[in-house]
Amino acid sequence: MKKTILLAFAMFTLPAHAQDPTARNMAAACAICHGTDGHAVTKDVTTLAGIPADHLAKLLRDFRDGKRPATVMHQIAKGYTDQQIDAMAAWFATQKR
Amino acid sequence: MKRRDFLKLSGAGMAASSLAGLAGCATPAPSKARVVVIGGGFGGATAAKYIRHWDPSIDVVLIEREATFVSCPISNLVLAGYSSMEEISRGYDGLGKYGVQVVRDEAVAVDAAKKSVRLARGGDISYERLIVSPGIDFNFGEVQGYEEAMKDGRVLHAWKAGTQTVALRRQLEQMRDGGVVLLSIPLAPYRCPPGPYERASMIAAYLKQAKPRSKLLVLDANPDVTSKAGLFKRAWSDLYPGVLEYRGNAKAVGVDGKTMTVKLEVEDVKGDVLNVVPPHRAGDIAVKAGLITANNRWCDVDWRTMESKAVKGVHVLGDATLSAPGMPKSGSMANNHAKIAAAAVVDQLNGRTPPLPQIINTCYSFVSQKEAIRVSSVHQWDAGQGTLVAVKGSGGVSAARSEPEATFAWNWARAIWADSLT
Repeated sequence: MKKTILLAFAMFTLPAHAQDPTARNMAAACAICHGTDGHAVTKDVTTLAGIPADHLAKLLRDFRDGKRPATVMHQIAKGYTDQQIDAMAAWFATQKR
Repeated sequence: MKRRDFLKLSGAGMAASSLAGLAGCATPAPSKARVVVIGGGFGGATAAKYIRHWDPSIDVVLIEREATFVSCPISNLVLAGYSSMEEISRGYDGLGKYGVQVVRDEAVAVDAAKKSVRLARGGDISYERLIVSPGIDFNFGEVQGYEEAMKDGRVLHAWKAGTQTVALRRQLEQMRDGGVVLLSIPLAPYRCPPGPYERASMIAAYLKQAKPRSKLLVLDANPDVTSKAGLFKRAWSDLYPGVLEYRGNAKAVGVDGKTMTVKLEVEDVKGDVLNVVPPHRAGDIAVKAGLITANNRWCDVDWRTMESKAVKGVHVLGDATLSAPGMPKSGSMANNHAKIAAAAVVDQLNGRTPPLPQIINTCYSFVSQKEAIRVSSVHQWDAGQGTLVAVKGSGGVSAARSEPEATFAWNWARAIWADSLT
């Protein structure tokens, strides 16, 4: 019972942009490689669902800023602003792993 | 299994919402509206799935004439023997989990005033919003003699994956060593800009391995390779010297199946296998529905919603659209168009204004069995230009052809098949 209440409370305190349809729609574009709602279908691909938002946002910024080597993600991450990266990362963080 | 999932399955789509009143606390909202989707390719299947995924209170009916989805991406590998029809085919059963009702039929007419679609087997189906994802059909008339030669099986396009893919593979296998394969590419825009050059690479790889005295002559109507040119040309000179010959500005204007000749504007070229890809336009139903707006070929849309600029209440997706600047006709794009349309339709039916879209394209091309190259781009709404444009500084191509890119290509294929169909 206590757990249920905590869970309910947690749901109400999700960051505002977590359910933002803009973030959801932007994140949906990633599915062509990372799977629906960030659930990868092959083992070589990172499952984005459930990654803590700060961690995913840092990864994307590092790709974008050339601090982390990549085959493709450096080119894609350059298409997004800090705000967009944060919004998508927050959205993926709310998805069940 | 959740109770509502069970109801969706047992109720098979539309019936599920009428059963909803019995479902107790898991009750989905009663049906808000019906959306009809024409065409179950990368665009249509994805749109049908995502509307239900984002709002299960909307009924979705997908009309598709084929029993099986056959992927154009990866189909060039089937020609080389590196993949199989089985591997690139998927059923539509996976959409059932979302409560999409799949109707195997052909849409033959759209009455936009009455908001209904006529089916080939008879009967009309009404809609609140219609999504048309018709793919391409060919302007055979622009290549004299094409249809006659195709009927005789003397020329193939294999530019819709399926029976012609199988037939072209067979012709390549049956060709004598020392034979000549002609691959003719139409002027852009056409489906999958790098596709013809990947096909050239796959046919050359097969010839090099199985029929080393044979030759592939690529006859490109375009002045030069239209996509990933540097990477393709490097691969060809490294891997297929003496096998693959490329000619630009070589537009096919006719085909003679009896003499196995492709007629160019200034000369005739003979081959043992004729793979001539004719110019395309939006699929037939787009013509019948009055959706064509540009050059008698393509459908212009409002990229914020994918709604047709010609017919209100109808959204058009995929290769059939008049492409936005720098946007390829690709499976990745069709899948992304579908999500723009799905989000817009869900918002419109819920009385909300859809947010502005931002989408990603990624296209892989194999240049050998184990190596691939890639092009990517990010596209966002530009209010000034009133269309989607590539985000400055984003996107690009592979640094070089590589085995990791080939692994990613396979991962992309499996991911997009799953994202579109399951």
